[in-house]
Amino acid sequence: MTTNLSKAGDEPVDAAPAAEGAVTAVDPRLLVRQQGFKGYLDEFRRKTRSGELGSLPVVVGLIVIGIVFQLQDAAFLGAENLSNLFVTAAGTGLIAVGIVFVLILGEIDLSVGSVSGLAAAVFAVLNINNGMPEWLALLLAVLTGTVAGALHGFFFARIGVPAFVVTLAGLLGWNGLMLQVLGSNGTINLDDSGLVAKLTNFYFTDVAAAYGLATVAVLAFLGLSLLESRRRAAAGVPSRPLSETVLRTVVLAVPAYLVAWLLNQYKGLPLAVVIFLGVVVALDFVLRRTRYGRQVFALGGSVEAARRAGINVAFIRISVFSLAGTMAAVGGMFLASQINAANQSSGAGSLLMNAIAAAVIGGTSLFGGRGKTWSALLGVLVIQSIASGMALLGIASAVQFMITGAVLLAAVVIDSVSRKTQKTAGRA
Amino acid sequence: MSATPVLALRGVSKRFGAVQALTDVELEIHPGEVVALVGDNGAGKSTLVKAIAGVGPADDGVIEWEGRPVTVDRPHTAQELGIATVYQDLALCDNLDVVGNLFLGREIVRAGVLDEVEMERRARELLATLAIRIPSVRIPIASLSGGQRQTVAIARSLLGEPKVVILDEPTAALGVEQTAQVLDLVERLRERGLGTILISHNMADVKAVADRVAVLRLGRNNGTFDVRSTSQEEIISAITGATDNAVTRRKARTAEAKK
Repeated sequence: MTTNLSKAGDEPVDAAPAAEGAVTAVDPRLLVRQQGFKGYLDEFRRKTRSGELGSLPVVVGLIVIGIVFQLQDAAFLGAENLSNLFVTAAGTGLIAVGIVFVLILGEIDLSVGSVSGLAAAVFAVLNINNGMPEWLALLLAVLTGTVAGALHGFFFARIGVPAFVVTLAGLLGWNGLMLQVLGSNGTINLDDSGLVAKLTNFYFTDVAAAYGLATVAVLAFLGLSLLESRRRAAAGVPSRPLSETVLRTVVLAVPAYLVAWLLNQYKGLPLAVVIFLGVVVALDFVLRRTRYGRQVFALGGSVEAARRAGINVAFIRISVFSLAGTMAAVGGMFLASQINAANQSSGAGSLLMNAIAAAVIGGTSLFGGRGKTWSALLGVLVIQSIASGMALLGIASAVQFMITGAVLLAAVVIDSVSRKTQKTAGRA
Repeated sequence: MSATPVLALRGVSKRFGAVQALTDVELEIHPGEVVALVGDNGAGKSTLVKAIAGVGPADDGVIEWEGRPVTVDRPHTAQELGIATVYQDLALCDNLDVVGNLFLGREIVRAGVLDEVEMERRARELLATLAIRIPSVRIPIASLSGGQRQTVAIARSLLGEPKVVILDEPTAALGVEQTAQVLDLVERLRERGLGTILISHNMADVKAVADRVAVLRLGRNNGTFDVRSTSQEEIISAITGATDNAVTRRKARTAEAKK
């Protein structure tokens, strides 16, 4: 269900103890996973029962949402609606990716909405009002987000102000700065054919693009999985059976080609989708495969343990908040691109809640220490499909708010309950 | 037992404001020796450990490492010398798996990417040589029992190839079976030729694995005993101070001099 580079969510479980030397490091009481497909199913069932739900609730949720809205309006699962849904999801999704990092630390960033609005305003003023080249204005706008985030991180990590309060101050402060930057006009329209406009209105119209991307993703996943399995086997550590690798590849390939086919029915592969997926994959790699990512998780698990292991706690905290600010600014550019303007309501309204909700709905824990960038993708799809479906049915925004609120609450309840179940099952 | 101790404290003193926490404390650890450090609450055990581990450097006195005096003013220095400390509160990350915890802060990296395969291989190797039994090296620490966590924490301290391991009350919160596992592990440390400082309140544990017992009382040495020739009562009276009078002090002095 996720396109992780090589090892998806659940770690490979030790194979039969026979794989080891004379001394077995495996407790005999352990339920040793059987080889092959049956073992895979058993493992899945056991994990689900002990509260390790992973992406299961959100995938079920997406299917339910799809069925419900499709029954009400046949256009919901149509190519045009879904293509637009993916494009509009990118902005909020990018912000949610930054939130995932902050949540893994066990903290929260309430300022991302305001920061995204500020970045859009900075870009508009520099590019439109002052005639700065687009690329430079874009760079400075994104850097504005980085600096804003670093400032939050500094007050949190160095001064010791709770992140909740620092970013709450940021929520108000950056919004004020945005209004100041926009000046009396209140709205600055962007260049229709500019770089930022292209972020959400450019499509790779060649059908080969979407299928090509799906093929590259599937082959890369399969190749890296096989490579990893071979290395593991060579090193004598348990590796994933071939049947499981094949199954995972199929589980990835089916939705990938389905979405590619769907996108090609409309305008082709949207640039926004390519960038969003690229960011999710890149940051997933950072989080799970680099020393930096390991340190972020360690901090989410135990700050004291991280400190004693020689991890620079302040640096990690500041960098994570900088990243959240940067992603907020990048997301802000996509949101500005959608309306092709920066205005006083940029970054306001339900954006902040949607971004946090997306991360949590996708399965990143509010309690810190657990999460994936993929949860931002899955979560934002849930949020955006609900919004899109209700807009299609002409449901009033009052009701939309209530339903989105209920979905967020449900996600947090699932998070809390699964954490409790994991505790009783000895897995949290 | 070799003649030069791997680690020796000579006249170590430490003061916190008006409190003299340690006064002229002497301690020697030889390779392949388990020294139990015992004493009542507030006797200065933790302060002494902190001085050795570089967390709270001593004000006075000399720390000798393999015969030459060294300054241990930072935890990093102690680790570089080869002193590993396992604290009572373990300092493990519940959300990381066993491999992640073992290599936290010293991850093996290949071309900028975490080398999970090599780390897992080395983790299994290490756990196997220590005969540590855990369900899997890929489950979060949270799923392990207290004893298993303790063994992981001790195994973790061994990754840096230390020569001296300090264990701060490793069996304090453990059940019977788990305590036995940890004590087995301490014996394996001795077999590997490591010097071990074992802080414990549990006399049975001390009698079971230690070679010598160093007693601290009110920040001073209150005798060092050979475990085999000393009864539990004698150690306890040294801890509680029942023997702390001029006669025993003199006896201890002459005994030290003879050594």
